[in-house]
Amino acid sequence: MNALPADGTAIDAAFLRRWLDTAATVIDRESKRLTDLDSPIGDADHGANMRRGFLAARTAVEQEPPDTPGGVLVALGRQLISTVGGASGPLYGTLLRRTGKALGDEPAVSAAQLRDALRAGVEAVAQLGGGAVGDKTMLDALYPAVDALTAALDGGGSTAEAFGAAAAAADEGVRATVPLRARKGRASYLGERSVGHQDPGATSAALLITALADTAKGAAV
Amino acid sequence: MKMLINVPETVVADALRGIAAAHPELTVDVQQRVIIRRGAPYEGKVGLVSGGGSGHEPLHGGFVGRGMLDAACPGEVFTSPVPDQMVRAAAAVDSGAGVLFIVKNYTGDVLNFDMAAELAEDEGVQIATVLVDDDVAVTDSTYTAGRRGTGATLFVEKIAGAAAEEGAALDRVAGIARRVNEVSRSFGVALTAVSTPEKGGPTFDLPEGELELGVGIHGEPGRERRAMMTSGEIADVAVEAVVDDLRPDAPLLLLVNGMGGTPLLELYGFTAEVHRVLAERRLPVARTLVGNYVTSLDMAGASVTICQVDEELLRLWDAPVSTPALRWGC
Repeated sequence: MNALPADGTAIDAAFLRRWLDTAATVIDRESKRLTDLDSPIGDADHGANMRRGFLAARTAVEQEPPDTPGGVLVALGRQLISTVGGASGPLYGTLLRRTGKALGDEPAVSAAQLRDALRAGVEAVAQLGGGAVGDKTMLDALYPAVDALTAALDGGGSTAEAFGAAAAAADEGVRATVPLRARKGRASYLGERSVGHQDPGATSAALLITALADTAKGAAV
Repeated sequence: MKMLINVPETVVADALRGIAAAHPELTVDVQQRVIIRRGAPYEGKVGLVSGGGSGHEPLHGGFVGRGMLDAACPGEVFTSPVPDQMVRAAAAVDSGAGVLFIVKNYTGDVLNFDMAAELAEDEGVQIATVLVDDDVAVTDSTYTAGRRGTGATLFVEKIAGAAAEEGAALDRVAGIARRVNEVSRSFGVALTAVSTPEKGGPTFDLPEGELELGVGIHGEPGRERRAMMTSGEIADVAVEAVVDDLRPDAPLLLLVNGMGGTPLLELYGFTAEVHRVLAERRLPVARTLVGNYVTSLDMAGASVTICQVDEELLRLWDAPVSTPALRWGC
């Protein structure tokens, strides 16, 4: 690894490539479940779309590996916009591209730097989709994850502990979408009938954060 | 569930190869997934580009040709296309007169077309966008993403297409497209759920003996479920929904649209009932189009779309059109 920043594990391009590999594997494995979640309240394509995008992105990054963590995320975001379609393509593409751009071209960053970049990415998604926490979307997993990450790092937690806390908060956010009435996306057309279903977008977002925690665990001191 | 496919992953590409085989008058880019009118761009003509998820055939590829669209971008099944496709389409059909994007109001379509408009403008193509949002089943409020775009898309594409064919400038073509959307309303009914290739079976549970009122065209369930009704009773509900919202006072274009799984015998019977209800309300129907135009794969059911026309809109509707799915006057 590169020189360690003051607050713990260095997050470099290799780290984010390992994360992308893990994330693509998990999305591939869970794609049927994501599509099933999307059936009663959406249009039954979320898993297939995410799978197509992440497998294409993993191949692209393997073929031409970027040499900064920001570069990996920007390349992934571009691939998602070019291959996913639907709302997930622009929303996840924006999340990852904007997070990557906020990291700049540093060869390695700290967990706190990644946290700040991730917050910028999440806010870009909220702005693009016009959504907020409680609308029954991916933001219901992403905002709690970033908040938990912040609390854990401020409390002196290690990188692995902080990402672990973020994953737990994202999962909690996913469960919290079940009783909500959707206010954004295709599920919003169902009004009251969207109540009682877990949001597929929040679920896929939590899978990506969990992959981050798993990667940090494997790489952590 | 049996389907006439190879594997779910290639259904869109396979269909594009078939469209290319059946329609030599179209240029089909299977790789980039764009269907283009042969000979485009036409000197001085505004280009019309539409697109959306696959599974709604003949929308939109079936409407590419003289008097209608210049290019269509099909996405994956029920998934909007990606910006790369729209940028490729815009570049292929722009003669310098600009391009109109016709977008149905779904989050994915709107976001991808927005990104494409920005990219195409960076490449020097002037873009205008019209958003189609005609579905009265969805209440427009601050808590929803607005009404869905469904059957009125056909009216917008045909009438704006005729204006472009006559040589109207981009702002005028866009203005006519928006005017058509403003005076159009739709309401859909499903008798069965839809089966997507990816899922391999019905995407929601709709028991025998029940129907969904106010469905969209993506297999998303409707807002209300009732015990099965007769064709006449369904016509009463559908016409009331569109007429009460639009409150028309002039002749109408009527589209009685099949969702893909309902035979024409039933659609024509339903059309008779729709005409009966409109006559009871003393609303004259200027033109009626019956068939499967904006479908939802194998879903049984129908939608009713009305468009209140003035002389100009009716003239543009009657103008010649020559596409795989809509053809008259040529």
